[in-house]
Amino acid sequence: MASRTFPLTLPTALLCSGCTGWQSALDPHAIQAARLEHLIWLFVAVCTVIWVTVTVVLVVALLRRRTPSTHNDTRMTRVVSAAVVATAVIITGLTIVSFNATRGMGSSDANALEIRVRGYQWWWEVTYLDARADQVFTTANELHLPVGRTVHLQLAAADVIHSFWVPNLTGKQDLIPGRDNTLSFTPGEIGVYRGQCAEFCGLQHAHMALLVIVESAGSFEHWRRGQLGPAATPRGAEEKTGKAVFENKACASCHNIQGSSASGTVGPDLTHLASRRYIASGLLQTNRGSIAAWVADPQTLKPGNNMPRVTLDASELNALSAYLASLQ
Amino acid sequence: MMRIIGILVLSLFLLEGCARESRSFRLDPPIAASLNAVAPMPNRIGGAPPDTDTVLGQPYVTNAYNLNQGKQLYTWFNCKGCHADGGGVTGPAFLDGWWRYGAQAVSVFISIRDGRPHGMPAFGNHLTTEQIWQLTGYVRTIGAYSAKTAAPSRNDEMQSRPSENRAPATVAVPSDEWPAAPSR
Repeated sequence: MASRTFPLTLPTALLCSGCTGWQSALDPHAIQAARLEHLIWLFVAVCTVIWVTVTVVLVVALLRRRTPSTHNDTRMTRVVSAAVVATAVIITGLTIVSFNATRGMGSSDANALEIRVRGYQWWWEVTYLDARADQVFTTANELHLPVGRTVHLQLAAADVIHSFWVPNLTGKQDLIPGRDNTLSFTPGEIGVYRGQCAEFCGLQHAHMALLVIVESAGSFEHWRRGQLGPAATPRGAEEKTGKAVFENKACASCHNIQGSSASGTVGPDLTHLASRRYIASGLLQTNRGSIAAWVADPQTLKPGNNMPRVTLDASELNALSAYLASLQ
Repeated sequence: MMRIIGILVLSLFLLEGCARESRSFRLDPPIAASLNAVAPMPNRIGGAPPDTDTVLGQPYVTNAYNLNQGKQLYTWFNCKGCHADGGGVTGPAFLDGWWRYGAQAVSVFISIRDGRPHGMPAFGNHLTTEQIWQLTGYVRTIGAYSAKTAAPSRNDEMQSRPSENRAPATVAVPSDEWPAAPSR
Protein backbone atom coordinates (compact mmCIF):
# COMPACT_ATOMS: atom_id res chain seq x y z
CA MET A 1 0.00 0.00 0.00
CA ALA A 2 2.75 2.42 0.98
CA SER A 3 4.54 1.85 -2.29
CA ARG A 4 1.34 2.55 -4.15
CA THR A 5 0.58 5.84 -2.38
CA PHE A 6 4.15 7.12 -2.53
CA PRO A 7 4.07 8.24 -6.18
CA LEU A 8 0.99 10.28 -5.33
CA THR A 9 2.32 11.93 -2.18
CA LEU A 10 5.36 13.42 -3.90
CA PRO A 11 3.48 15.50 -6.50
CA THR A 12 0.92 16.50 -3.87
CA ALA A 13 3.70 17.72 -1.59
CA LEU A 14 5.21 19.64 -4.49
CA LEU A 15 1.84 21.23 -5.26
CA CYS A 16 1.34 22.27 -1.65
CA SER A 17 4.79 23.85 -1.47
CA GLY A 18 3.47 26.28 -4.09
CA CYS A 19 0.84 27.51 -1.63
CA THR A 20 3.21 29.27 0.74
CA GLY A 21 6.13 31.55 0.23
CA TRP A 22 6.92 35.10 -0.76
CA GLN A 23 4.90 35.07 -3.97
CA SER A 24 1.65 33.21 -3.40
CA ALA A 25 -1.99 34.24 -3.42
CA LEU A 26 -2.72 31.36 -1.03
CA ASP A 27 -0.48 32.80 1.68
CA PRO A 28 -2.13 36.19 2.32
CA HIS A 29 -0.50 38.84 4.49
CA ALA A 30 -3.00 41.65 3.97
CA ILE A 31 -6.78 41.92 4.44
CA GLN A 32 -7.27 42.39 0.71
CA ALA A 33 -5.30 39.26 -0.14
CA ALA A 34 -7.13 37.32 2.57
CA ARG A 35 -10.48 38.28 1.03
CA LEU A 36 -9.30 37.06 -2.34
CA GLU A 37 -8.01 33.85 -0.78
CA HIS A 38 -11.43 33.17 0.81
CA LEU A 39 -13.00 33.80 -2.57
CA ILE A 40 -10.60 31.36 -4.27
CA TRP A 41 -11.34 28.61 -1.73
CA LEU A 42 -15.10 29.23 -1.85
CA PHE A 43 -15.10 28.94 -5.64
CA VAL A 44 -12.91 25.84 -5.53
CA ALA A 45 -15.17 24.20 -2.91
CA VAL A 46 -18.45 25.01 -4.69
CA CYS A 47 -17.11 23.95 -8.07
CA THR A 48 -15.67 20.73 -6.63
CA VAL A 49 -19.01 19.78 -5.04
CA ILE A 50 -20.82 20.50 -8.32
CA TRP A 51 -18.29 18.60 -10.39
CA VAL A 52 -18.42 15.56 -8.09
CA THR A 53 -22.25 15.63 -8.04
CA VAL A 54 -22.50 15.87 -11.83
CA THR A 55 -19.96 13.08 -12.30
CA VAL A 56 -21.77 10.81 -9.82
CA VAL A 57 -25.12 11.44 -11.50
CA LEU A 58 -23.57 10.76 -14.88
CA VAL A 59 -21.97 7.50 -13.73
CA VAL A 60 -25.21 6.35 -12.06
CA ALA A 61 -27.14 7.19 -15.23
CA LEU A 62 -24.71 5.19 -17.34
CA LEU A 63 -24.73 2.14 -15.07
CA ARG A 64 -28.47 2.03 -14.38
CA ARG A 65 -30.40 -0.55 -16.28
CA ARG A 66 -32.91 1.07 -18.53
CA THR A 67 -36.46 0.44 -17.42
CA PRO A 68 -39.25 1.16 -19.82
CA SER A 69 -41.60 3.50 -18.05
CA THR A 70 -43.92 6.17 -19.25
CA HIS A 71 -44.96 7.78 -15.94
CA ASN A 72 -41.69 9.64 -15.22
CA ASP A 73 -42.44 12.86 -17.08
CA THR A 74 -43.54 14.88 -14.03
CA ARG A 75 -40.58 13.63 -12.04
CA MET A 76 -38.21 14.51 -14.86
CA THR A 77 -39.63 18.02 -15.13
CA ARG A 78 -39.14 18.49 -11.39
CA VAL A 79 -35.53 17.31 -11.51
CA VAL A 80 -34.66 19.57 -14.45
CA SER A 81 -36.40 22.57 -12.87
CA ALA A 82 -34.58 21.96 -9.59
CA ALA A 83 -31.25 21.80 -11.44
CA VAL A 84 -31.98 25.05 -13.29
CA VAL A 85 -32.98 26.80 -10.06
CA ALA A 86 -29.89 25.47 -8.27
CA THR A 87 -27.65 26.72 -11.10
CA ALA A 88 -29.23 30.16 -11.02
CA VAL A 89 -28.98 30.37 -7.23
CA ILE A 90 -25.35 29.23 -7.16
CA ILE A 91 -24.23 31.57 -9.94
CA THR A 92 -26.08 34.52 -8.41
CA GLY A 93 -24.64 33.68 -4.99
CA LEU A 94 -21.09 33.48 -6.30
CA THR A 95 -21.54 36.74 -8.19
CA ILE A 96 -22.72 38.53 -5.06
CA VAL A 97 -19.91 37.09 -2.93
CA SER A 98 -17.34 38.00 -5.58
CA PHE A 99 -18.75 41.52 -5.88
CA ASN A 100 -18.66 41.99 -2.12
CA ALA A 101 -15.11 40.70 -1.82
CA THR A 102 -13.73 43.02 -4.49
CA ARG A 103 -15.90 46.04 -3.71
CA GLY A 104 -14.11 47.06 -0.56
CA MET A 105 -10.65 46.53 -2.05
CA GLY A 106 -10.24 49.96 -3.58
CA SER A 107 -11.18 51.88 -0.43
CA SER A 108 -8.58 54.26 0.83
CA ASP A 109 -8.14 56.39 3.92
CA ALA A 110 -6.87 59.91 4.46
CA ASN A 111 -3.70 58.77 6.20
CA ALA A 112 -2.70 56.48 3.32
CA LEU A 113 0.87 56.46 2.08
CA GLU A 114 0.80 57.85 -1.45
CA ILE A 115 3.14 56.17 -3.94
CA ARG A 116 3.33 56.42 -7.70
CA VAL A 117 4.42 53.26 -9.49
CA ARG A 118 5.28 53.61 -13.15
CA GLY A 119 5.93 50.58 -15.32
CA TYR A 120 8.68 50.67 -17.93
CA GLN A 121 9.99 47.97 -20.24
CA TRP A 122 11.15 46.23 -18.01
CA TRP A 123 11.42 47.79 -14.59
CA TRP A 124 9.36 49.70 -12.04
CA GLU A 125 9.85 53.31 -11.11
CA VAL A 126 8.66 54.00 -7.57
CA THR A 127 8.07 57.58 -6.40
CA TYR A 128 7.06 58.32 -2.81
CA LEU A 129 4.79 61.35 -3.02
CA ASP A 130 4.31 64.02 -0.42
CA ALA A 131 2.66 67.42 -0.21
CA ARG A 132 6.12 68.84 0.53
CA ALA A 133 8.41 68.73 -2.50
CA ASP A 134 11.53 68.07 -0.40
CA GLN A 135 9.97 64.87 0.94
CA VAL A 136 9.48 63.30 -2.49
CA PHE A 137 11.99 60.73 -3.65
CA THR A 138 12.34 58.15 -6.39
CA THR A 139 13.66 54.62 -6.31
CA ALA A 140 13.18 51.55 -8.47
CA ASN A 141 12.00 47.95 -8.29
CA GLU A 142 11.58 48.03 -4.52
CA LEU A 143 8.69 49.16 -2.35
CA HIS A 144 9.20 49.69 1.37
CA LEU A 145 5.96 49.86 3.32
CA PRO A 146 5.20 50.38 7.01
CA VAL A 147 3.17 47.52 8.46
CA GLY A 148 -0.50 48.23 9.18
CA ARG A 149 -0.67 51.51 7.25
CA THR A 150 -2.83 51.66 4.14
CA VAL A 151 -0.91 52.38 0.98
CA HIS A 152 -2.47 54.06 -2.02
CA LEU A 153 -0.72 53.34 -5.30
CA GLN A 154 -1.09 55.47 -8.41
CA LEU A 155 -0.33 53.14 -11.27
CA ALA A 156 0.97 54.53 -14.55
CA ALA A 157 2.85 53.13 -17.51
CA ALA A 158 5.41 54.74 -19.75
CA ASP A 159 5.34 52.50 -22.80
CA VAL A 160 3.05 49.46 -22.91
CA ILE A 161 0.49 47.91 -20.55
CA HIS A 162 1.98 46.30 -17.46
CA SER A 163 0.24 44.84 -14.42
CA PHE A 164 1.11 45.24 -10.76
CA TRP A 165 0.74 41.99 -8.86
CA VAL A 166 2.03 41.17 -5.40
CA PRO A 167 -0.10 38.09 -4.68
CA ASN A 168 0.59 37.95 -0.93
CA LEU A 169 -0.76 41.46 -0.46
CA THR A 170 -3.49 42.13 -3.00
CA GLY A 171 -4.94 41.34 -6.43
CA LYS A 172 -3.71 42.50 -9.81
CA GLN A 173 -4.17 45.94 -11.28
CA ASP A 174 -3.11 47.05 -14.75
CA LEU A 175 -0.74 49.93 -15.49
CA ILE A 176 -2.00 51.51 -18.69
CA PRO A 177 -0.28 54.26 -20.68
CA GLY A 178 -2.43 57.37 -20.63
CA ARG A 179 -4.82 56.11 -17.98
CA ASP A 180 -3.89 56.16 -14.31
CA ASN A 181 -5.25 53.38 -12.14
CA THR A 182 -5.17 53.20 -8.38
CA LEU A 183 -4.80 50.36 -5.92
CA SER A 184 -5.02 50.37 -2.13
CA PHE A 185 -4.04 47.75 0.38
CA THR A 186 -2.92 47.41 3.97
CA PRO A 187 0.04 45.12 4.53
CA GLY A 188 -0.67 43.17 7.70
CA GLU A 189 2.58 41.41 8.48
CA ILE A 190 6.27 42.26 8.41
CA GLY A 191 8.04 40.39 5.66
CA VAL A 192 9.53 40.41 2.19
CA TYR A 193 7.15 39.72 -0.68
CA ARG A 194 7.82 39.33 -4.34
CA GLY A 195 5.68 40.78 -7.07
CA GLN A 196 5.78 40.44 -10.79
CA CYS A 197 4.43 42.07 -13.89
CA ALA A 198 1.25 40.12 -14.68
CA GLU A 199 0.54 41.41 -18.18
CA PHE A 200 2.74 40.29 -21.05
CA CYS A 201 4.75 43.39 -21.87
CA GLY A 202 7.48 42.25 -24.23
CA LEU A 203 10.58 40.14 -24.46
CA GLN A 204 11.71 40.48 -20.85
CA HIS A 205 8.28 40.34 -19.23
CA ALA A 206 9.47 37.45 -17.06
CA HIS A 207 12.33 39.58 -15.76
CA MET A 208 10.19 42.35 -14.40
CA ALA A 209 10.02 41.57 -10.71
CA LEU A 210 9.29 43.83 -7.80
CA LEU A 211 10.24 43.43 -4.16
CA VAL A 212 7.92 44.62 -1.40
CA ILE A 213 9.52 44.99 2.00
CA VAL A 214 6.99 45.42 4.78
CA GLU A 215 8.68 46.66 7.93
CA SER A 216 7.93 48.34 11.24
CA ALA A 217 7.03 52.02 11.18
CA GLY A 218 10.37 52.85 12.79
CA SER A 219 12.57 51.10 10.30
CA PHE A 220 10.45 52.39 7.42
CA GLU A 221 11.03 55.94 8.64
CA HIS A 222 14.76 55.21 8.94
CA TRP A 223 14.82 53.90 5.36
CA ARG A 224 12.80 56.85 4.11
CA ARG A 225 15.19 59.38 5.62
CA GLY A 226 18.11 57.52 4.08
CA GLN A 227 16.49 57.63 0.65
CA LEU A 228 15.79 61.36 0.93
CA GLY A 229 19.47 62.21 1.28
CA PRO A 230 21.97 62.56 -1.56
CA ALA A 231 24.18 59.68 -2.65
CA ALA A 232 27.11 58.57 -0.50
CA THR A 233 30.28 60.60 -1.11
CA PRO A 234 32.93 58.45 -2.78
CA ARG A 235 35.72 57.39 -0.45
CA GLY A 236 39.14 56.57 -1.79
CA ALA A 237 40.69 57.14 -5.19
CA GLU A 238 38.94 54.21 -6.88
CA GLU A 239 35.41 55.32 -5.99
CA LYS A 240 36.25 58.90 -6.97
CA THR A 241 37.45 57.71 -10.38
CA GLY A 242 34.27 55.65 -10.66
CA LYS A 243 32.14 58.72 -10.05
CA ALA A 244 34.04 60.63 -12.74
CA VAL A 245 33.52 57.75 -15.19
CA PHE A 246 29.81 57.72 -14.42
CA GLU A 247 29.48 61.47 -14.92
CA ASN A 248 31.50 61.66 -18.14
CA LYS A 249 30.42 58.54 -19.98
CA ALA A 250 26.99 57.77 -21.40
CA CYS A 251 25.75 56.54 -17.95
CA ALA A 252 24.87 60.07 -16.84
CA SER A 253 22.66 60.76 -19.81
CA CYS A 254 20.08 58.17 -18.70
CA HIS A 255 20.56 57.73 -14.95
CA ASN A 256 20.19 60.09 -12.04
CA ILE A 257 22.45 60.12 -8.98
CA GLN A 258 21.44 62.77 -6.48
CA GLY A 259 24.50 64.75 -5.46
CA SER A 260 26.38 64.22 -8.71
CA SER A 261 26.07 65.89 -12.08
CA ALA A 262 24.27 62.83 -13.47
CA SER A 263 20.60 63.70 -13.87
CA GLY A 264 19.13 61.49 -16.60
CA THR A 265 15.54 60.41 -16.30
CA VAL A 266 15.36 57.59 -18.84
CA GLY A 267 16.71 54.77 -16.67
CA PRO A 268 16.25 53.90 -12.98
CA ASP A 269 17.41 56.36 -10.32
CA LEU A 270 20.70 55.04 -8.93
CA THR A 271 21.14 57.39 -5.96
CA HIS A 272 20.82 54.53 -3.46
CA LEU A 273 21.43 51.61 -5.79
CA ALA A 274 23.36 49.51 -3.30
CA SER A 275 20.56 49.77 -0.72
CA ARG A 276 18.31 47.76 -3.04
CA ARG A 277 18.50 44.00 -2.89
CA TYR A 278 18.37 43.32 -6.62
CA ILE A 279 19.48 45.05 -9.79
CA ALA A 280 17.81 44.96 -13.20
CA SER A 281 14.36 44.28 -11.75
CA GLY A 282 15.04 41.14 -9.78
CA LEU A 283 17.56 39.70 -12.21
CA LEU A 284 20.70 39.70 -10.06
CA GLN A 285 21.45 40.26 -6.40
CA THR A 286 23.12 43.58 -5.78
CA ASN A 287 26.86 43.28 -5.27
CA ARG A 288 29.93 44.72 -6.93
CA GLY A 289 30.42 41.68 -9.14
CA SER A 290 26.89 41.61 -10.50
CA ILE A 291 26.92 45.36 -11.09
CA ALA A 292 30.15 45.02 -13.08
CA ALA A 293 28.73 42.10 -15.06
CA TRP A 294 25.59 44.07 -15.83
CA VAL A 295 27.43 47.19 -16.97
CA ALA A 296 29.87 45.15 -19.03
CA ASP A 297 27.20 43.41 -21.06
CA PRO A 298 23.56 44.19 -20.28
CA GLN A 299 22.28 42.79 -23.58
CA THR A 300 23.54 39.29 -22.83
CA LEU A 301 22.03 39.24 -19.33
CA LYS A 302 18.66 40.72 -20.35
CA PRO A 303 18.40 40.89 -24.16
CA GLY A 304 16.30 43.70 -25.54
CA ASN A 305 16.38 46.00 -22.52
CA ASN A 306 17.11 49.64 -23.12
CA MET A 307 20.52 49.78 -21.49
CA PRO A 308 23.24 49.77 -24.14
CA ARG A 309 26.72 48.37 -23.74
CA VAL A 310 28.89 51.39 -23.06
CA THR A 311 32.51 50.87 -24.04
CA LEU A 312 34.68 51.00 -20.92
CA ASP A 313 38.18 49.71 -20.38
CA ALA A 314 38.95 47.34 -17.52
CA SER A 315 40.13 49.97 -15.05
CA GLU A 316 37.13 52.19 -15.77
CA LEU A 317 34.74 49.28 -15.25
CA ASN A 318 36.51 48.36 -12.03
CA ALA A 319 36.29 51.88 -10.66
CA LEU A 320 32.68 52.30 -11.79
CA SER A 321 31.56 49.09 -10.10
CA ALA A 322 33.33 50.13 -6.88
CA TYR A 323 31.51 53.48 -6.95
CA LEU A 324 28.08 52.02 -7.75
CA ALA A 325 28.42 49.34 -5.07
CA SER A 326 29.17 52.10 -2.54
CA LEU A 327 25.87 53.92 -3.14
CA GLN A 328 24.13 52.78 0.03
CA MET B 1 -9.44 15.22 -52.74
CA MET B 2 -6.98 16.92 -55.09
CA ARG B 3 -8.60 20.23 -54.27
CA ILE B 4 -8.09 19.73 -50.54
CA ILE B 5 -4.44 18.81 -51.08
CA GLY B 6 -4.06 21.85 -53.28
CA ILE B 7 -5.55 24.13 -50.61
CA LEU B 8 -3.31 22.58 -47.96
CA VAL B 9 -0.19 23.03 -50.07
CA LEU B 10 -1.08 26.61 -50.93
CA SER B 11 -1.85 27.42 -47.31
CA LEU B 12 1.71 26.36 -46.48
CA PHE B 13 2.74 29.57 -48.19
CA LEU B 14 0.83 31.44 -45.47
CA LEU B 15 3.48 30.24 -43.01
CA GLU B 16 5.82 32.68 -44.69
CA GLY B 17 3.75 35.38 -43.01
CA CYS B 18 5.03 34.15 -39.64
CA ALA B 19 8.58 35.21 -40.50
CA ARG B 20 9.61 37.99 -38.21
CA GLU B 21 12.19 40.67 -38.65
CA SER B 22 15.27 39.74 -36.67
CA ARG B 23 16.37 42.16 -34.01
CA SER B 24 19.96 42.61 -33.04
CA PHE B 25 20.24 43.63 -29.41
CA ARG B 26 23.93 43.29 -28.97
CA LEU B 27 26.60 44.46 -31.35
CA ASP B 28 29.90 42.74 -30.89
CA PRO B 29 32.40 45.35 -29.67
CA PRO B 30 34.60 45.17 -32.82
CA ILE B 31 31.55 45.69 -35.05
CA ALA B 32 30.42 48.65 -32.94
CA ALA B 33 33.92 50.11 -33.19
CA SER B 34 34.02 49.69 -36.96
CA LEU B 35 30.60 51.35 -37.31
CA ASN B 36 32.08 54.38 -35.64
CA ALA B 37 34.79 54.63 -38.32
CA VAL B 38 33.03 56.82 -40.84
CA ALA B 39 35.13 58.56 -43.47
CA PRO B 40 33.74 62.07 -43.95
CA MET B 41 34.89 64.50 -46.59
CA PRO B 42 37.31 67.18 -45.34
CA ASN B 43 34.48 69.69 -44.92
CA ARG B 44 32.61 67.07 -42.82
CA ILE B 45 29.72 67.02 -45.27
CA GLY B 46 28.97 63.65 -46.80
CA GLY B 47 31.44 60.79 -47.05
CA ALA B 48 31.69 57.05 -47.16
CA PRO B 49 29.65 54.96 -44.74
CA PRO B 50 31.57 52.26 -42.85
CA ASP B 51 32.00 49.04 -44.83
CA THR B 52 30.45 47.15 -41.91
CA ASP B 53 27.17 48.99 -42.43
CA THR B 54 27.04 47.86 -46.06
CA VAL B 55 28.03 44.31 -45.19
CA LEU B 56 25.32 44.11 -42.52
CA GLY B 57 22.76 45.26 -45.09
CA GLN B 58 22.23 48.82 -43.80
CA PRO B 59 20.43 47.75 -40.62
CA TYR B 60 19.75 51.37 -39.63
CA VAL B 61 17.71 51.97 -42.76
CA THR B 62 15.96 48.67 -43.33
CA ASN B 63 15.28 47.40 -39.82
CA ALA B 64 12.10 48.64 -38.14
CA TYR B 65 13.33 47.78 -34.64
CA ASN B 66 16.37 50.04 -35.06
CA LEU B 67 14.19 52.85 -36.42
CA ASN B 68 11.89 52.45 -33.46
CA GLN B 69 14.75 52.62 -30.99
CA GLY B 70 15.87 55.75 -32.81
CA LYS B 71 12.44 57.23 -32.38
CA GLN B 72 12.57 56.51 -28.65
CA LEU B 73 16.00 58.13 -28.40
CA TYR B 74 14.67 61.18 -30.27
CA THR B 75 12.30 61.78 -27.37
CA TRP B 76 14.57 60.61 -24.54
CA PHE B 77 17.48 62.83 -25.58
CA ASN B 78 15.27 65.83 -26.15
CA CYS B 79 15.90 66.27 -29.86
CA LYS B 80 12.34 67.61 -29.69
CA GLY B 81 13.61 70.51 -27.62
CA CYS B 82 15.15 72.13 -30.71
CA HIS B 83 13.81 70.24 -33.73
CA ALA B 84 10.26 69.74 -32.41
CA ASP B 85 8.30 66.93 -34.01
CA GLY B 86 10.33 67.39 -37.18
CA GLY B 87 9.07 70.91 -37.79
CA GLY B 88 12.02 72.63 -36.18
CA VAL B 89 12.10 75.45 -33.64
CA THR B 90 15.53 76.74 -32.70
CA GLY B 91 17.03 73.90 -34.70
CA PRO B 92 16.39 73.25 -38.38
CA ALA B 93 13.37 71.29 -39.54
CA PHE B 94 13.59 67.72 -40.84
CA LEU B 95 10.18 67.63 -42.41
CA ASP B 96 11.02 69.82 -45.39
CA GLY B 97 13.52 67.23 -46.64
CA TRP B 98 16.24 69.87 -46.97
CA TRP B 99 19.47 68.96 -45.23
CA ARG B 100 21.91 71.68 -44.26
CA TYR B 101 24.84 69.22 -44.37
CA GLY B 102 23.51 66.92 -47.04
CA ALA B 103 21.05 64.05 -46.88
CA GLN B 104 23.67 61.31 -46.56
CA ALA B 105 23.57 59.15 -43.45
CA VAL B 106 27.24 59.89 -42.74
CA SER B 107 26.53 63.63 -42.50
CA VAL B 108 23.67 63.10 -40.08
CA PHE B 109 25.77 60.65 -38.05
CA ILE B 110 28.60 63.18 -37.77
CA SER B 111 26.16 65.96 -36.86
CA ILE B 112 24.88 63.92 -33.92
CA ARG B 113 28.23 62.51 -32.83
CA ASP B 114 30.42 65.61 -33.14
CA GLY B 115 27.88 68.42 -33.14
CA ARG B 116 27.68 71.32 -35.60
CA PRO B 117 28.23 75.07 -35.31
CA HIS B 118 25.36 77.32 -34.19
CA GLY B 119 24.08 75.15 -31.37
CA MET B 120 23.97 71.46 -32.28
CA PRO B 121 25.65 69.74 -29.32
CA ALA B 122 27.91 66.69 -29.67
CA PHE B 123 26.30 63.48 -28.40
CA GLY B 124 29.37 61.28 -28.86
CA ASN B 125 29.86 61.07 -25.10
CA HIS B 126 26.22 60.58 -24.27
CA LEU B 127 25.20 57.87 -26.72
CA THR B 128 26.81 54.69 -27.96
CA THR B 129 27.74 54.30 -31.63
CA GLU B 130 24.80 51.97 -32.15
CA GLN B 131 22.38 54.48 -30.65
CA ILE B 132 23.75 57.29 -32.84
CA TRP B 133 23.17 55.12 -35.90
CA GLN B 134 19.64 54.29 -34.75
CA LEU B 135 18.93 57.99 -34.29
CA THR B 136 20.45 58.76 -37.69
CA GLY B 137 18.20 56.18 -39.31
CA TYR B 138 15.13 57.58 -37.61
CA VAL B 139 15.86 61.25 -38.32
CA ARG B 140 16.24 60.46 -42.01
CA THR B 141 12.76 58.92 -42.13
CA ILE B 142 11.09 62.10 -40.85
CA GLY B 143 11.53 64.10 -44.01
CA ALA B 144 11.29 61.21 -46.42
CA TYR B 145 9.73 61.99 -49.78
CA SER B 146 8.49 58.46 -50.28
CA ALA B 147 7.09 55.86 -47.92
CA LYS B 148 9.57 53.30 -46.61
CA THR B 149 9.00 49.60 -46.12
CA ALA B 150 10.60 49.72 -42.67
CA ALA B 151 9.13 52.17 -40.20
CA PRO B 152 8.94 52.77 -36.46
CA SER B 153 5.69 52.24 -34.65
CA ARG B 154 3.09 54.96 -34.48
CA ASN B 155 3.04 57.67 -31.86
CA ASP B 156 0.74 57.33 -28.89
CA GLU B 157 0.29 61.06 -28.59
CA MET B 158 -1.26 63.33 -31.20
CA GLN B 159 0.89 63.72 -34.24
CA SER B 160 1.65 66.95 -36.00
CA ARG B 161 2.55 65.23 -39.27
CA PRO B 162 1.89 62.01 -41.18
CA SER B 163 3.50 58.99 -39.53
CA GLU B 164 6.93 57.97 -40.76
CA ASN B 165 5.85 55.05 -42.90
CA ARG B 166 3.59 57.25 -45.00
CA ALA B 167 4.55 59.37 -47.93
CA PRO B 168 4.25 63.06 -47.10
CA ALA B 169 0.84 64.59 -47.54
CA THR B 170 0.50 66.26 -50.88
CA VAL B 171 0.46 70.00 -50.51
CA ALA B 172 -1.74 72.00 -52.82
CA VAL B 173 0.45 74.40 -54.72
CA PRO B 174 -0.74 77.94 -53.94
CA SER B 175 -2.15 79.58 -57.01
CA ASP B 176 -2.30 83.26 -57.93
CA GLU B 177 -5.87 82.93 -59.01
CA TRP B 178 -8.77 82.65 -56.67
CA PRO B 179 -10.60 79.39 -56.99
CA ALA B 180 -13.75 79.64 -59.04
CA ALA B 181 -16.81 80.33 -56.98
CA PRO B 182 -19.00 77.27 -56.63
CA SER B 183 -21.81 77.34 -59.14
CA ARG B 184 -25.26 77.51 -57.70
